[in-house]
Amino acid sequence: MTKIFKHIQTSVVPLPIENIDTDQIIPARFLKATTREGFGNNLFRDWRFDENDQPKEDFVLNHPTYSGKVLVAGKNFGCGSSREHAAWAISDYGFDAVVSSFFADIFKGNALNNGLLPVQVSDDFLKKIFDAVFADHTTVVDIDLENQVIKISSTGEQESFEINPYKKACLMNGYDDIDYILSNRAAVEEFEKAPNP
Amino acid sequence: MAKTLFDKIWDAHVVSSKEGFPDILYIDTHFIHEVTSPQAFDGLRKRGLPVFRPKQTVATADHNVPTWDQHLPIKEELSRYQVDMLTKNCAEFGVELYGLGHPYQGIVHVIGPELGITRPGSTYVCGDSHTSTHGAFGSIAFGIGTSQVEQVLATQCLLQSRPKRMKIEVNGTLQKGVGAKDIILYIISKISAAGGTGYFVEYAGDTIRSLSMEGRMTICNMSIEMGARGGLIAPDQTTIDYVKGREFAPKGEEWDKAVAYWQTLYSDEDAKFDSVLTFKAEDIEPMITYGTNPGMGIGVTQHVPATEDFEPKEQGSYKKALDYMGLHDDEQLLGKPIDYVFIGSCTNSRIEDLRQVAAFVKGKHKADNVVVWVVPGSKQVEQQAIAEGLDKIFESAGFPLREPGCSACLGMNEDKIPSGKYCVSTSNRNFEGRQGPNSRTFLASPLTAAAAAITGRVTDIREMLSASEFAELVD
Ligand code: SF4
Repeated sequence: MTKIFKHIQTSVVPLPIENIDTDQIIPARFLKATTREGFGNNLFRDWRFDENDQPKEDFVLNHPTYSGKVLVAGKNFGCGSSREHAAWAISDYGFDAVVSSFFADIFKGNALNNGLLPVQVSDDFLKKIFDAVFADHTTVVDIDLENQVIKISSTGEQESFEINPYKKACLMNGYDDIDYILSNRAAVEEFEKAPNP
Repeated sequence: MAKTLFDKIWDAHVVSSKEGFPDILYIDTHFIHEVTSPQAFDGLRKRGLPVFRPKQTVATADHNVPTWDQHLPIKEELSRYQVDMLTKNCAEFGVELYGLGHPYQGIVHVIGPELGITRPGSTYVCGDSHTSTHGAFGSIAFGIGTSQVEQVLATQCLLQSRPKRMKIEVNGTLQKGVGAKDIILYIISKISAAGGTGYFVEYAGDTIRSLSMEGRMTICNMSIEMGARGGLIAPDQTTIDYVKGREFAPKGEEWDKAVAYWQTLYSDEDAKFDSVLTFKAEDIEPMITYGTNPGMGIGVTQHVPATEDFEPKEQGSYKKALDYMGLHDDEQLLGKPIDYVFIGSCTNSRIEDLRQVAAFVKGKHKADNVVVWVVPGSKQVEQQAIAEGLDKIFESAGFPLREPGCSACLGMNEDKIPSGKYCVSTSNRNFEGRQGPNSRTFLASPLTAAAAAITGRVTDIREMLSASEFAELVD
């Protein structure tokens, strides 16, 4: 069981950088852990903290002005290595969705598997969000998964987004792949009983 | 409707299929090892779930184990920790573990086939991309990520969308000194390390048919290196003879039933593939890679390409690869001194590989400038090699037979190629740092590697074989 995701309204954290790769999201040296928790502490580690582990004030996550459950980032988010830890780190930090104008394929799959919604918008709409947030940091974004629409509350501008029907069902019901298969347990056991071909 | 071999097996394993949803695919056997399983077990614990079908889960320790003095505690801390975690998790969840010291221990893709666990018509997954090896038996086998390992542990199923199908045919007679490893390195060099992306490959043609099971495993093993999900070869008499009588192979009536089914496993004549490629065996030379992905391979007598042969936007990464390898445009590898030879890995560490190498090095001695590591794929391969006296042949050639494990294939255990050194390796990846930080890998066949061990240089094996010697080697 993961979080149920239907509809959120939240202020956002803007990160207008393109090609943010998974090494920036979670550097390789933090991958040795044998559990999934705690990766949020090292999210964007080298952008967030200096060599002495002191927060860098100019980085947006350390900025008191910006907060929210949605990360808005530049084009081609999550490129680089396939590490699933990138999605764990973002989700563990407390984000429910990432908005960008393009996501690397593997990252997108990993995010969806871990209850993190990737919302892919047009370059144009992405710019509108950044403009709105930089004009007013309290700007609220409204993501309606059921209708697959993202809206900037203050301006009323909106755009629809795509999502695989299966992944949508998972997020809306708060189940992940394992819950889904287990909900088909009877079919699995039936299959096992059938004579081998 | 006419079906491909892949679709026949897939369809026989679909538990549920729903429009817009991935298929729920039943997994017959799940192999696990120490590196990609700890988080998956941890996930089960958090969900309060058992392993759904522990009897269909097989564990071994291979990636992190030392290949020398295996009876002593593992020196590297993280390696020891992961191996200990596997032992603990297997005990807690009731999974059979062929760990260090067990007579069945070995590289996961070597032990499955040799124990008769890998058979035609079944589905196999493992948290390791070279799971494609098991496809050599005419089964669907592919690597999965850690979340999927948890999924299969919890449900014995996997959510998957059906990939596209590709057929690769190789026909004709191989030149002397050219084997399965050369075939697959040749194919990858032709279609690139991304040429199979999105596909599941069926290998066919009379050259592929003529290969032993070991050779077929070498081919399927490297499917992933062309970007494919996996590869498979239709089972035939060679397959059936190999599986027969192995520890976990079906017996008696079960066996007859199984064989009858296996004989239905082939692509129907007019089955549709999304892509078909054809190669001629005669065109294939002994191969060697010069770059930092397995697609960067050439015949051993050829020269490495010049930067200007590439599109402008590719020149940067090509130059970077050459710099890393310490090579220059148009260089010929033949005759280049090397430092290490590694014969092992799930690509080439089976008894047939060791026999071939032993037959070649018998009565010869390694060059002084070279360190040679011969690492059997499993405890059983090691025992067989000793029983046949191969260890003695290696020893008189100047190198000992080591103990089983992944070894220098991935530089995760103690066996690492030092920075800047050249290694002719029978493994499957030549990525930057793969065999150790700044190590430089030339991928090649066991025979080419053995020739390099003797001369201390990149060598054309064909030059070292008289016709009669060659006949002996392939017998
Ligand atoms: S031998 Fe190499 S490729 Fe094969 S399983 Fe071990 S690490 Fe992976």
